Parts: sequence; structure tokens; C-alpha cells
Amino acid sequence: MNSYLNKNRPLVYCPGCTHEKITKGLDIAFSKLNFDADKTVIVTDIGCSGLFDTFFNVHALHGVHGRALTYASGLKLADPELNVIVTMGDGGLGIGGAHVLAACRRNLDITLIILNNFNFGMTGGQYSSTTPTDAVVGSEFLNQAEIPLDICAIADSAGASYIDRCSGINSDLPDKIIAAVNHKGFSIIETLGMCTGRYTKKNKLTPKVIDQIIADLPERAGIVKKNQRPEYGERYRALSKQRTKFPEAVIIDKQIDLKNYQQQQVVILGSAGMRIVTAGDIVCYAGLCAGMNVSMKNDYNITVLRGQSVSEILISPDKIGYPGIESPTVVLALSDEGVQRRKKIFSSLQKETFVLKEKSVAIPNTCANVVEIDFKELKIKKQDWALASLGVIAKHKKAINIDMLTYALKSRFNETVHKMAMETINKIFNHD
Amino acid sequence: MALSFMEGNEALARGAIAAGCNFFAGYPITPATTIFNNMLKMLPPKGGICVQGEDEIASMGYCIGAAMAGKKALTATSGPGISLYSEQISFAIGSEIPLVIADVQRLGPSTGSATRGADSDIQFLRWGSTSGIPVIVLVPKDALDCYVLAVNAFNFAEEFRCPVFIASNKEIGMTRESFDLESVILPEIVNRELFSGDAYLPFESEPDKAPPFLPIGGKTLVRQTSSTHGPDGYITIDPQVIADNQDRLRKKIHSARNRITLHEEDIKKGSDTLIISYGITSRAVEDASAKLEKKGRPVSSLSLKTLWPVPEDLLINKAKSFKRIIVIEMNLGQYVNEIRRVLNDKKVEFYGQMNGVLITPETIMEVVENE
Repeated sequence: MNSYLNKNRPLVYCPGCTHEKITKGLDIAFSKLNFDADKTVIVTDIGCSGLFDTFFNVHALHGVHGRALTYASGLKLADPELNVIVTMGDGGLGIGGAHVLAACRRNLDITLIILNNFNFGMTGGQYSSTTPTDAVVGSEFLNQAEIPLDICAIADSAGASYIDRCSGINSDLPDKIIAAVNHKGFSIIETLGMCTGRYTKKNKLTPKVIDQIIADLPERAGIVKKNQRPEYGERYRALSKQRTKFPEAVIIDKQIDLKNYQQQQVVILGSAGMRIVTAGDIVCYAGLCAGMNVSMKNDYNITVLRGQSVSEILISPDKIGYPGIESPTVVLALSDEGVQRRKKIFSSLQKETFVLKEKSVAIPNTCANVVEIDFKELKIKKQDWALASLGVIAKHKKAINIDMLTYALKSRFNETVHKMAMETINKIFNHD
Repeated sequence: MALSFMEGNEALARGAIAAGCNFFAGYPITPATTIFNNMLKMLPPKGGICVQGEDEIASMGYCIGAAMAGKKALTATSGPGISLYSEQISFAIGSEIPLVIADVQRLGPSTGSATRGADSDIQFLRWGSTSGIPVIVLVPKDALDCYVLAVNAFNFAEEFRCPVFIASNKEIGMTRESFDLESVILPEIVNRELFSGDAYLPFESEPDKAPPFLPIGGKTLVRQTSSTHGPDGYITIDPQVIADNQDRLRKKIHSARNRITLHEEDIKKGSDTLIISYGITSRAVEDASAKLEKKGRPVSSLSLKTLWPVPEDLLINKAKSFKRIIVIEMNLGQYVNEIRRVLNDKKVEFYGQMNGVLITPETIMEVVENE
């Protein structure tokens, strides 16, 4: 049989270490599987199990502790033809627990071999997430205050589609590995073994005891019926394939020629749910229709349906530098929350600044030109106030005019929404 | 003329696509999330892959795996995510794994303010990894820069086989603006050099270059490792081999620093003052400078688009003829110390602000006028 072991890299484990048996078992499994070495990768992390990649003549990626599954996932997604084998000790299992859960849940076609030897061999035999409570390890009493985890039970509930547990010493190991590898989906195989350099010095752990531990735990038969489902990569590619339309960039042609247009600074003060950002967008589109440069900064909280929503827009015939608002030319005061957010601006507004205030909204004293409107009386719903207020400024020819607004609405919306928007705008224009 | 209209994050995603990016893994975080959203819309129709990791550490791990299989990978996050990326960034630096990391900075420290901008991570990006090996950090000032620098970032990542950061800012990433997308001339696409001889040693290279690449999964077996390695990709304890590799990792970036240096300048005749800034702040500097010129007080300005490696020669050359140097930053002074180090014969004044709002042109004018 053809061995995949690298003759230049002899095994370096402590005498009697189960890792050596598992290395050889994996080699037999590879041989029986007749894997193409160039289509096989061993991914490892830190610790004695992290030496695995160095012993084989296949591709290898050795990375940061606990993260082997993350590299393995990237490799498998990028090259679905790869046979991806991950080895991980009980150290990597504890440190990278989130990745084990995610791998179980995702079901990407990767095989994870866990080498559980009940302690951290390399750093001095400290306790790990699998150390028995009554074991004597290099962590004084700490393991006595915790319990070990059963990764197979966790994997089962996390959705792993294949779970097996076996002794790393028994001769059926290669066949167990082969069965796990042959499973299409995420397969996890927990091997129990002896760390002769550390753990077995003070704890009675023999092949027989390991067999007993396995017998005492719930049986794992490989395929987990309830968790069977399509392999992630295939499912992902099928779903992804349906997305065929590349979202091209929004590009607005110049449609209107404006003479002597001065830079405008528009501030829309509203609340979440009032479609403030959409209104800001429309103001920008209106500027773009006239060949102007525009910028829009929005200010809202991370809460979605509550709190202020403020949009600050610059429309300028020149290139825009600083994108903040220094002296607004138009202020739309549509909610108290929004006004409160920018209450400081009112005292410094210029006389020429056009302030549109909805009747129900209170604003601080200002010397600006304030126009009040009662949208409720016009039977305009609150979520349309921002849009309606654009009708008002277009009517007063402040920052935008009706041609700009009409083009903007046409470019921004589909036919149905455009029609509804124009109805609202017409309400404003037909009102005295 | 027709203008496009998009936020910086969308522009960055479009730039990445233009650069040939075909893999994205990320985890949602304000204000970087819309890069992810855009990549999720743009990659599938192009046959690319876009996934959400179970956390930031995993997202970087996916990118590392995909990059080693030959993909051009992008990830995007903000300061708290960079913290989590750190161990994987060290791996990518030390083991020469090409990828691009967009950091849409927000106000720190820690979780800080999700929706408030600041240039919080300027030193963190440089030093937030083990070993101190140089990294490349590019910094955009607007959406157009996000688009173009994304291509530069991928080109540098491919050439130098290293992670390249784009240090954006909430105020760029989430600000929508117009620019003339159709007339942008992008840098020519660079792809990593592939090994073509026999007897591949994955880290064998010229003394100031990145090694030629071969993908995991290709005909030739490839070894990748986060451990201290020799040219063959196996652990080494040979001090000379270690020293040579460390030196090469530094040199491959350091020796190319002038080529990596990107900047804009506005040198005004008769000005004795040079304002040095970067990112969103450069735009307030432009406005302040225009206003000051109108007032008969011209000032020159230098806007840096490469922060790391420090563009030392550029700084020395540009600052030479100026009496007064002012550095403005949207933090309490992270980069000014680099400039003071390089311009050690000059008095370098500083203004910084870290309160979640932009530095205004007016403030900058005051700084200039307040001699």
C-alpha cells in the first residue's frame, strides 16, 4: 500500500502516545481511500495534534490555535474538489468551540478528527475542556471545580450530520476515519487517547479504560439521521447561482440646466420611520439631475424604528470638500426629536434660510424665514411628510425646483411608487 | 455629464470587484456592514463567494483559507473587529497571505460609538499584530478614493503577499456622494506571481521580495504555517534562517515604500505653512485652504493616502520649504508622532479632535490663524 507519510519527517511523539497510532491510522485511511495527494489538505492548529500536517505528503496549512476549522472552511469553499482533513486536540476544541459549533451547523464537507487526550500535553499537562473532574493534572485543583464536555453530544445538538467516537488505539480506526471522510457533509470523529508524557503519569488510563469510557458514553453510530441535509457547499452554490443580476452603480444623467445655482445646504430633521433618508436621497437625485455634485450624511441611532433621523445634504456646482453642514440654506423641521438633535443650529441660521416647520413641531427661536404647514390638515400621512416637504421647497424654489424633483422621483422610484409620490407632491402644489 | 451616487462603502466594494476580488467573508458591524451587503449582492453574479463567518476571527480564517487556495479575498470590519482579527492578521503578515482588510473606523476605545466617526485605529493597524513587521495601510478621503484605493490595496496585497488595510471612516463609508465613476482610470490589475520552476519551496524568495505563490489544491504540494519557518515551510530554529526571513518580511515593504506612497498635494505659491492630514479631515483642510486663500493667507496642503509604510521621503521633500507644519487628525494625535519623527528639524504643530463629529474648515482656519 502506498504510504502518504513523509519519510524525511519521522514521527516525534512521546513513546506510547496515541497520536502516533492515529497518524498511522490516518495514513492507512488515506491509502485505502487512494486520495490524490494534490487534492488533499491537512489543516491543523497548535499543540501535539498540530504536528500532523508535517508528517504527510499532502498540502498542509498549520494555523493559530483553535482556528483550524476556519481555514479549512475557506479552503473548501474556494476549492470544492479538495479533501479537507482537520486535526484538533482537546485544546483547540475548547479554544475554538464556536468554530466547531458553526461547522456542525453549516455542514460543509470537511472531516474533523479530534484527538482528545484529556489535557494540554505541550504546555505542561494543564486541564482542558475534556479533563475529568477527578483527574490529577497540572492545574492544581482547578479541574475539580468543573466538568468535562462531551463534544459528540454537543455536535449532535449543533446539527452535525456525522458523529463517531472511538479509541485511538484500536485497529478499526482507519475504517472509522474512512467512513467519516466518505460522508458527504461535516463529519466529526472523536478519538480518545493517552498522553504518556503527561496525563497517564498520574492517571490510570489504559486502552481498556478508554474502551470503558466509550462504552459508558452514549453510542455514536456515524450518520446522525435527524441531522441529514444537503452539504453546505452544494447548497450554497445552488443558491448563489440564482443570483445572476449584478447591481450596477446608480448613474444620473444631467437633464436640467440651472443658471447661477448657489451651493445649497439642506437639513432634514425627522424621526425613524418618516423615510428621512429616502427624502435625502431624492434631494440628492434632484441635484444630480441638474448636473450638481451632492453629498449626504445621515445621523440616526442604531435602534431602527425609534429615535431621530437627520439627513444633511449638500448640493453644489463645485466639487464638495467638507461634507458637513456649516450654514444651512434649507431646514425641514418634521419632528421634535429631529429638531432636538440639531437644536443648536437654529440660533445661528441666516435671515435667508428657509425653514419649513410642520404645525405640530416646536422649533427654537430663529431669525430665519419660517414657513409653517399643516400636513395633517392636508391628510398626508406622517411617513410621507418628508416627501411632501420636498414638494413645499420645490414650490418655493428653495434648493430644488419642481422639474428637478420630478426627474428625481422618476429616477429614484419604480412606476407604482413614483405615481404615489407624485400624488403627494401634487397635493402640495394644488394647495394654496 | 453623468454622475454616480454612492456611499464610500459601496465604492469600496465596487473597487474590490474591479480589482478581481472573488471572495469575501465578514461579520456585520456598523459602520462597515454595507461593504458586506454590497459584496453579497455583487459577488454571486460574478461567480464569487461571499459568506458570513460565525465571528470576526472565523471570517478572517475563511479569507486566509480562500487566499491560500488562490482567491483574492476581502473582509471588512471596524475597530472592535480589528481587535478580534489580530491573531489572524499576525498569521497573514508572517506567512505572507495576500488579502485586503477594510477598517471602517468608528469612535473608540472598545465598542465606543457604532455610528460616530473617528480615525481611531491608525496606530492599531500598524502595531496590532505580533512581531512588528511592517504593514501597508491606505487611507481614502472620499468615495472616489474608496473605489480606487481598493484596487491599489489588492495590487499591493498580491505583489507583497501581505494583508493590506484600507483605513476608511464612518464619515466616508456611510456618506453618500456623487463622483464621476465612468471617467475613473483605475490602476492596472496586479496578480500574485506564480512559481514556475521545479522543486517549489513555498517561502524561498529573493531577499527583498515576496515568494512566488502556488495554491493549496494545485499540482504542486504547498505548505503553509503560522510557525517560524524556513523556505521549505517547516518549523526552523536556525537563527540565520529566522533572521533572514524576518529581515525579508521587513525589506519587501520597506524597499518599495516610495512606490507604495500615495498622496495628493496642493502647494500654493507664497505660502509658508503646510497642513498635513489624511482621510476625511483632508476635505475640511481643502475647504479651509480655499477660504484662507480668499482671505489672502494661502496655505499649502498634503493629503496622505498611504500612512504605512510612513512616506518618509515624501514628507521630507514636501516639508522642506515650509516654515510651519501643522498636522490635523480626527483623533488625539496618532500619526503626528510619525511626522515629528521624520521632520525632526521642524516644529510640528498639531490639532486633533475625538468627539464623534467632523473637524470643520472653520476650526482648521482658526488653528492656522492662531499663530
